[in-house]
Amino acid sequence: MAWAGKMLRVNLTEGTCKSEPLNMEWAHAYLGQRGLATKYLTEEIDPKVDPLSPENKMIMTTGPLTGTCASTAGRYSVVTKGALTGAIACSNSGGYFGNEMKNAGWDQIIFEGKSPKPVYLYIENDKAELLDASAHWGTSVWDTEEGIKHNHGDPQIRVASIGVSGEQGVKYACVVNDMHRAAGRSGVGTVMGSKNLKAVAIRGTLGVSVKDPKRFVQATNDGKKVLADNAVTGQGLPAMGTQVLMNVINETGALPTRNHRDNQFESANDIGAEAMAKVRETDGKANLITNAACFGCTIACGRISQIDRTHFSVAERPQYHKASGGLEYEAAWALGAATGVGDLEALTFANFVCNEQGIDPITFGATLGAAMELFEDGVLTEEQTGMSLKFGDAKALCEMALLTGKGEGFGAELGLGSKLLTEKYGRPELSMGVKGQEFPAYDGRGIQGIGLAYATSNRGACHLRGYTIASEVFGIPVKTDPLDSDGKPALVKAFQDATAAVDSSGLCVFTTFAWTLEDFAPQIDAACEGDWTAERLLEIGERIWNLERNFNNAAGFTAADDNLPERLLKDAAKTGPSEGKVNELSKMLPEYYELRGWSHAGVPTNETLSRLGL
Amino acid sequence: MQIILKLYAGLTPFLPAGAQNNQIAIEVDEGTTINAVLDAHNCPRKLCHLVMHNGFHIPPGERDARVLREGDALAAWPPIAGG
Repeated sequence: MAWAGKMLRVNLTEGTCKSEPLNMEWAHAYLGQRGLATKYLTEEIDPKVDPLSPENKMIMTTGPLTGTCASTAGRYSVVTKGALTGAIACSNSGGYFGNEMKNAGWDQIIFEGKSPKPVYLYIENDKAELLDASAHWGTSVWDTEEGIKHNHGDPQIRVASIGVSGEQGVKYACVVNDMHRAAGRSGVGTVMGSKNLKAVAIRGTLGVSVKDPKRFVQATNDGKKVLADNAVTGQGLPAMGTQVLMNVINETGALPTRNHRDNQFESANDIGAEAMAKVRETDGKANLITNAACFGCTIACGRISQIDRTHFSVAERPQYHKASGGLEYEAAWALGAATGVGDLEALTFANFVCNEQGIDPITFGATLGAAMELFEDGVLTEEQTGMSLKFGDAKALCEMALLTGKGEGFGAELGLGSKLLTEKYGRPELSMGVKGQEFPAYDGRGIQGIGLAYATSNRGACHLRGYTIASEVFGIPVKTDPLDSDGKPALVKAFQDATAAVDSSGLCVFTTFAWTLEDFAPQIDAACEGDWTAERLLEIGERIWNLERNFNNAAGFTAADDNLPERLLKDAAKTGPSEGKVNELSKMLPEYYELRGWSHAGVPTNETLSRLGL
Repeated sequence: MQIILKLYAGLTPFLPAGAQNNQIAIEVDEGTTINAVLDAHNCPRKLCHLVMHNGFHIPPGERDARVLREGDALAAWPPIAGG
């Protein structure tokens, strides 16, 4: 119940698709999605495998509540060894694809091997087959999705695909579904491309059954009421989206700017939610057209935008004149503040291109920021880059997005990500990330806890593995001082464990602005066999965290990788309330290890593993 | 004396005429508190969820007592989150 109880194993080398029963013992220990797929992956691959070799596997996975009537029940994840990081990767996406996969009767799909030619997987409920994708190879996500729907004469098919970037080996290619929702981080799309797998297309009409339907409807309605009554999930997010944070984080002095040289951006108000809603002088319209919701979501934080047709980025490119997926905060920060570009229309264009060609806008923007610093320092020249790459250059942002999306020109070098790029040019200290993955939109000097969360994140620098911003800035569930590192190790651990459980449920982590695990538990308990409590979910979250950690340790990561760039540890923030602050990682990390039950070397002790059943 | 008042998101409509980029310089008396400024601009206290004084968070219980000084920045948001 809730779980479909079966998964599809696709051997791309052999061209076979086989149904297998789901390991229900593991489902009860890891819940689903992130946890369950990570269990499968860690059992089936060598942690030291080359992420882009046929021996790596890629799992598309849903949670037990995916496809049900619970709010936000459209989530799925892509789990693999990340191309960008070499660490465990789990990238989560919304839209409608996850729901379709679950309603076709599959909890997850394991892809193994490598196809000898480009293919796409087509699923119609129980039927699954690999089809020739040669006509789609070399085309964008947008064209691929439309083309596959046309192939089957069915506009209701849901498609997840890679763009040209994933084919070309750009290290941070995404898997994009429903045109502009993405399993975005860590290069999961690069792994997909390495397997010659262009897309997965699904039509599912079987429905999802639950243990106690009457109680489930009541529990999910209760949950929806909590979301609707909460000022953040009921009003703030649908009205303003995540972009409302641009001015908030800038005011706190924690908006990383120009590759973290600065911690406040003078043009923040030009690229945030308020700017998106402002009527333009040029055409009398606002950048923001409307908000949008993923499958079953009662929050609807998504943004749909339309670029000013007179803007230089699209004046000669009518294909970008239509409304499409607009800026979310993390993308706007990376494409804007990290590069010093304060042109909202240029940011929106670059975001469209990231969606169109399937590249992670966070890593792209942050890598361009690093390249701009190399350029301003004279390490890179115009001869090498093809154009001026000074901070704040909107035309450079747009041009480099186009080149990186196709892996062409200097875009091929930007496609390496900031770690390899800065190493190549002898300035590795300019890569702003952890474990090879770039920071998102919060400065660890001005917000101490998020610095520790970045340093210890199992998939490389990431805000979504432990979003302590909720507490340190918004006061959810309780307000803590962002400038004080005391108590942050416990806060980080609590957020990491709870998030791992939420990521395994099939629901969206944004519900946690209103819900605690006490709100999840009755919904899962009414849907799934067994007894589900908040305590059990938290234990599952901790089990998942340690499972991921064990994989990374076996892959070759050590405590030395739980670190931050020297810029955050030695160069004090220059302005605002965080002026004079560095991140106090060395103080927080030992306490974090102790709370986790890990040795000084960052290895889970036998006692910890035993307690968690690992 | 002069301070900078910044109102964002659902509080934007409470900015006085002449505000640009969600902020405006306003004249206030010496000794003016945070809540006095927000009240004077008809900002519903229930909506003033996140309030920052020069970038530092000020909880509701301290807003009646916190006195502003020349050149200070006062920023406020309704309940928001994201990420």
